[in-house]
Amino acid sequence: MKRSGPQTRAVAGPAAPGPGAAPPPPDPARDPGRTERGPGRGAGATRPRLGFRHRLQRTDASVSPYLYVAPFFLLFLGFMLFPLGYTFYVSLNDWNLIGAEARSFTGLENYRTLLADPNFWNALRNTFSIWLLSTVPQLLLALGLAHLLNARLRGKTLFRMGVLVPNVASLVAVTIIFAQLFGRDFGLINWLLGLAGVGPIDWQAGTASSHIAIAVMVVWRWTGYHALIYLAAMQAIPRELYEAASLDGAGSFQMLRSITIPALRPVIIFSVLISTIYGMQIFAEPLLFDPKPGSVTGGAGRQFQTLTVYLYEQGFREFDFGYAATIGWVMFLLVVAVALVNYALTRRISSTR
Amino acid sequence: MRWRDPLSWITRPADGSPAGGTRRVRRGRVLAATVAVSLLATACGDSGEGGDGTIELTIATFNDFGFQPLYEQYMDEHPNITITEHVAEYQNHHTQLATRLAAGNGAADVVAIEGDFLAQFTAQPQNFYNLFDYGADELEGRWLDWKWQQSMPDADTQIGLGTDVGGLAICYRRDLFEQAGLPADRDEVAALWPDWESYLEVGRQFVAADTGARFLDSGPLLFNAILGQAPQAFYEPDNTLIVESNPAIKQAWDLVMEAVEGGLSANLVQYSTQWTTGLQQGTFATITCPAWMMAFIQSQAEDTAGNWDVAAVPNGGGGNWGGSWLTVPSQSDHPQEAYELAAWLTAPEQALSVFQRLGNMPSTVELYENPELTEFTNPFFHDAPVGRIFTDAAQALEPQYQGPSSAAVRLAVQNGIRRVEDGQQSPEQAWETALGEAVRAAD
Repeated sequence: MKRSGPQTRAVAGPAAPGPGAAPPPPDPARDPGRTERGPGRGAGATRPRLGFRHRLQRTDASVSPYLYVAPFFLLFLGFMLFPLGYTFYVSLNDWNLIGAEARSFTGLENYRTLLADPNFWNALRNTFSIWLLSTVPQLLLALGLAHLLNARLRGKTLFRMGVLVPNVASLVAVTIIFAQLFGRDFGLINWLLGLAGVGPIDWQAGTASSHIAIAVMVVWRWTGYHALIYLAAMQAIPRELYEAASLDGAGSFQMLRSITIPALRPVIIFSVLISTIYGMQIFAEPLLFDPKPGSVTGGAGRQFQTLTVYLYEQGFREFDFGYAATIGWVMFLLVVAVALVNYALTRRISSTR
Repeated sequence: MRWRDPLSWITRPADGSPAGGTRRVRRGRVLAATVAVSLLATACGDSGEGGDGTIELTIATFNDFGFQPLYEQYMDEHPNITITEHVAEYQNHHTQLATRLAAGNGAADVVAIEGDFLAQFTAQPQNFYNLFDYGADELEGRWLDWKWQQSMPDADTQIGLGTDVGGLAICYRRDLFEQAGLPADRDEVAALWPDWESYLEVGRQFVAADTGARFLDSGPLLFNAILGQAPQAFYEPDNTLIVESNPAIKQAWDLVMEAVEGGLSANLVQYSTQWTTGLQQGTFATITCPAWMMAFIQSQAEDTAGNWDVAAVPNGGGGNWGGSWLTVPSQSDHPQEAYELAAWLTAPEQALSVFQRLGNMPSTVELYENPELTEFTNPFFHDAPVGRIFTDAAQALEPQYQGPSSAAVRLAVQNGIRRVEDGQQSPEQAWETALGEAVRAAD
């Protein structure tokens, strides 16, 4: 709470006793400590002893903010930090949910096994591939969509709310419907491709085809959400900039490139982060895209098994909690690392403009 | 009853293996009801006892055991009992049971267990009530001898009461056979395939006739049927894993590969929505048919009634695939009532009514002399004498021993077949990978 900065102190300290140069009275709420030391307001006034009420007020002012933010940090501690730490502890053990030799401390053994596990690397590749295939088109589409929604439209509230509908729809229902659309024999998409003379494609059988199909689900679901965020930020851009640009003869696309996108920088960073975190943890889509009910391998050849699905397989099918916790921790580190890299990249790209 | 596994509702409420399936609409309703009831039950606490002295029993099954009308009857006869059924997908059902037993909380009063998973649970008898303590000794002799033995961890303990056996037959589409110029009569059809090689030969003739349909639905189902006739599957009775050394597994694999590479298989994934659509649209002509598969076909492809027929399986009619037991986990607060319900549900009269409605083959021996069973014909399957066919099958079958990870090992091999069907791997590569995954899964 202390306002740092030597200047503030330099002004308030020595200048205070002087009768003429009365400094602005220090704000007791901001810096209660100093009032005690200082001589008080008015020249030469002896300071009366503080009453209970006053002290209570001061305590209130200094302590309450902490209390206000405490619930978040307590919840964070209980539901994020503690599980994080405990998961790390579990990952250092051979920890089986079932069986007599339930658990034993093995140190970093799980991590060594994981790094040599081809299924882990396969899941990692799949995760990155699906993330890239979904994030890039999603953000570009969202940008274009937001630009369109920002134009003067009839019934624009309807359109603006409409783009959010996919995000509100139940994830499970959406995934099951998409799995049908991408069906090999009777799927709508193969039928359309058939009209164009292509296919049929067995979407779930191939690596690339299954990744594309899953990425389409993610794009469909999240584009509207990002578009709305971009739209909100676009409306904060002063109209004069566009007016000036159009006077200078800039076209719509040029305005998007030279005004809108640079102005959206912080929002773009935000949405890249959000979709990265989502993409690294993608779960329901690959789980339910598997044609075999109850399957947790992401296709017979693990061709679309992502990290979380692999974690689920290890933890809740094989009951190997130690190994599942290891996957969880490596994923956590990955998300942090990727988010940082993303942040740096997005920052650099926009600030060079 | 807590809804513990956060994924039980996420994962598709689709059909697992034995015991048949329900109509989509009903499945949704059952699921919704289950969720609602479990929420309610959580809110009320776990006592399982109503305020007025009624006892609430929960029963957890997968797919359709055909018990629904029986519950009504039982509750009418026992006004102090209310029954709630929780239905889950086959694989998830057993995973949930394992988790709940380990957690010491959440298992239903009566829980169904399928044959592939049975050994996993007889290995932990402490988690189940010994039904001998509640009167099961009086029931010995009700079931096929092996059915009774398999659910006994030792000579003094019985944890399960048998529901159905699989048996084996081939269900086929008469109309497609006629189109392909093959005989449609079930005895003539059975005469076409004295063994699996000749079954594949019929398949090649069928595909050559170019009806637009494939000969069989999927490699993994064919594999299960062929292996179901072998004396041993994945395990020796002493729980040694023999997936690599048992020649019957490789032989079954090779036959399946012949079918897949010869283009006989429609390459559908068992129980997937596409497979169901295939059943309805007639995209394949035959399917290996344990008794419970008839329930699937009848409920998933109602419009094809009369087009189907049932013929004896190659290799002389023996073999088994599937079949389940009802158990009472030791978490239950009402073991006596739960046992009585399980004993009643598996009694011959009830098993007969399930058979007549759905097709699940009873494992109670006295019915095999009962004309109501043996002379039962099913109009859906062109009046096929399914009572006689499956009674013969049940009596001819040599039981196989299933070990603690049979289900996981089977899944690994089936995934290998799927990889060949998907065109991801050659049969040799797929076999190598499948063995690796099978050994790892059994570990």
